[in-house]
Amino acid sequence: MADVALRKVVKRYDDVEAVRGIDLDIADHEFIVLVGPSGCGKSTTLRMIAGLEDISDGDIMIGGDVVNDVPPKDRDIAMVFQNYALYPHMTVAENMSFGLRLKHYPKAEIKARVTEAARLLDITDLIDRKPKQLSGGQRQRVAMGRAIVRNPKVFLFDEPLSNLDAKLRVQMRIEIKKVHQKVRTTTVYVTHDQVEAMTLADRVVVMNKGRIEQIGTPNELYHKPATRFVAGFIGSPAMNFIPCRLEDVGGTLQLRLTDRIAFPLPPARAARYNALPRTDKLLLGIRPEHLTESHAHLEPGVETFDTVLDVTEPMGMETLVYFGLDGTPICGRVNPNAGAKDGAPMRLAMDLNNMHLLNEATGVVL
Amino acid sequence: MSTLAIDKGGPTRKVKYRSMSRDRTWALRWSYFFLVLFAIFSLTPPIYMLITSLKSSAEISAATNPWWVFHPTLSNYVELLTSNQFLRFFWNSAIVSIVVVMVTMLISIPAAFALARMKFWGSTTLATGVFLTYLIPDSLLFIPLFKMLAVVQDLTGITLLNRWYVLLFIYPTLTVPFCTWIMIGYFASIPKELDEAALIDGASWLQTLTRIFIPVALPGLIAATIFAFTVSWAQFLYPLVFTTSVDQLVLPVGITTTLIKGDVFNWGQIMTGALLGAAPPLIIYAFLMDYYIAGLTAGATKG
Repeated sequence: MADVALRKVVKRYDDVEAVRGIDLDIADHEFIVLVGPSGCGKSTTLRMIAGLEDISDGDIMIGGDVVNDVPPKDRDIAMVFQNYALYPHMTVAENMSFGLRLKHYPKAEIKARVTEAARLLDITDLIDRKPKQLSGGQRQRVAMGRAIVRNPKVFLFDEPLSNLDAKLRVQMRIEIKKVHQKVRTTTVYVTHDQVEAMTLADRVVVMNKGRIEQIGTPNELYHKPATRFVAGFIGSPAMNFIPCRLEDVGGTLQLRLTDRIAFPLPPARAARYNALPRTDKLLLGIRPEHLTESHAHLEPGVETFDTVLDVTEPMGMETLVYFGLDGTPICGRVNPNAGAKDGAPMRLAMDLNNMHLLNEATGVVL
Repeated sequence: MSTLAIDKGGPTRKVKYRSMSRDRTWALRWSYFFLVLFAIFSLTPPIYMLITSLKSSAEISAATNPWWVFHPTLSNYVELLTSNQFLRFFWNSAIVSIVVVMVTMLISIPAAFALARMKFWGSTTLATGVFLTYLIPDSLLFIPLFKMLAVVQDLTGITLLNRWYVLLFIYPTLTVPFCTWIMIGYFASIPKELDEAALIDGASWLQTLTRIFIPVALPGLIAATIFAFTVSWAQFLYPLVFTTSVDQLVLPVGITTTLIKGDVFNWGQIMTGALLGAAPPLIIYAFLMDYYIAGLTAGATKG
């Protein structure tokens, strides 16, 4: 087991820069998830750590050693691929032991390790089957088993759950987390699914256009996003962004959303934003769960407004409501018993204690 | 707003729905019609060969129904199979074909692997070049090839012309390009992640080839093997040009040169020889057909 470090890592394909100078420190035993939209460079970064792609510039270190020119087999890593990449002509046991057999491990040792990994992943009954006799979830377990038996310094996962159906994905997500809790191997996991990132990671690395947008624990990213990209990417349904500006009315700082709607800012927020120029074009970032039905007794900092709902989506435990504010589409989450109906008027409450204020031009959270 | 409004201006027409099973029945009828037609077309010559091979020379030249054997005899078979000359042709053909298949595979498999997987400068051009080589007809090549071998023979003093083993150098010019080409196709269809997984598991390129690619691409390999064998077994022009002494001939040339004396055609034995000569490829096809068709890649990735 080992830590992994990336220093100003760059990947260029001809004249396209896929990865633009990434710095990342991954601690021993840590579970890191690289997340971002397709084409953000997350898979390329993983493949560079694996040694499957050359790096154009910078350094990659595993366990303190620079591995830039070390071939994949000597990096002591194991990788799980999106399409499993099992050897079709070998049984499950042979698939899992292939790497060990190539390194001429003693037979007893190989058998012990395969048995242990199979037990850990609950695939002991499948050990003599060929990959084509397995379901998608079973194949993915075998692929993980192949990684575990090698007992590598680092596990690399390249979108391992993308080919599974939704239910199985949730199940395997938990399996992966359990396995990591048992083996504690340093793990780098790539996904485009922010839910997977949030649920699995010790720390999440959000990537966009070849750069790291933000690194943090799932809760940090959710509650303290650094940029508009992170704020919009993490969380589902996504955070609402409403054009707004600051104005001073009678000594208090107000947030004006539309001609009709303006809210006084809570004192803590007012102090934080007071220095901002009143002319700046700003965005109010507010998550759907902070836009709920209005109550009789509202806490300080919670402001109400009336609107007409466009569409409602009952989810069972909550109902998602969609409406517009001066043409900006907005989503809120209300209690299923709050009486939200398609096309009906409703009084909603906005919790400004949990608001974010963004500079519209730079996308930076203020 | 009514949803029906969209189609209001559309022409009214009656659609006839035919059942799927009726469609299928008709498709099958046509398939069988053409299959039977094709079977008759391709089976007539071998059946005629079989009938003629069972006749004596006297019956062949007699003005009887050529499609019926009135006095069946195995004398043609006995004579050929006890003739040292015929057995020599058979032996020459067998040894040439087997060695050519082995040489072809030894060259084509690594070549195809390199061209399909180890992306290097010019690999795509080279792959196309390999295929273009195959497109040049052998009837254009035999004179320059003959000249080249004559020069080599003069320079080295090793007798090559009019020896059966010269064919071991000549035939691969036909088989290697084609086999390489089809193997490139098979190797290219193997998911890239499979060699990456092998690479990470610690396999060298050679181990990836022998332990992953060859087993996974086995149907393709067998197809290539069958092709190489058939080409070398049935090749006529090159052995006709490069070998002339009777003891150096292979089967196709041997039959035509020794069983046709002047303008006398020994039809019974020619047909018997041709039939016996066609047997080995037929047997090989029959045994390897299952492999040929089976797809081994199923289950490698998400299926």
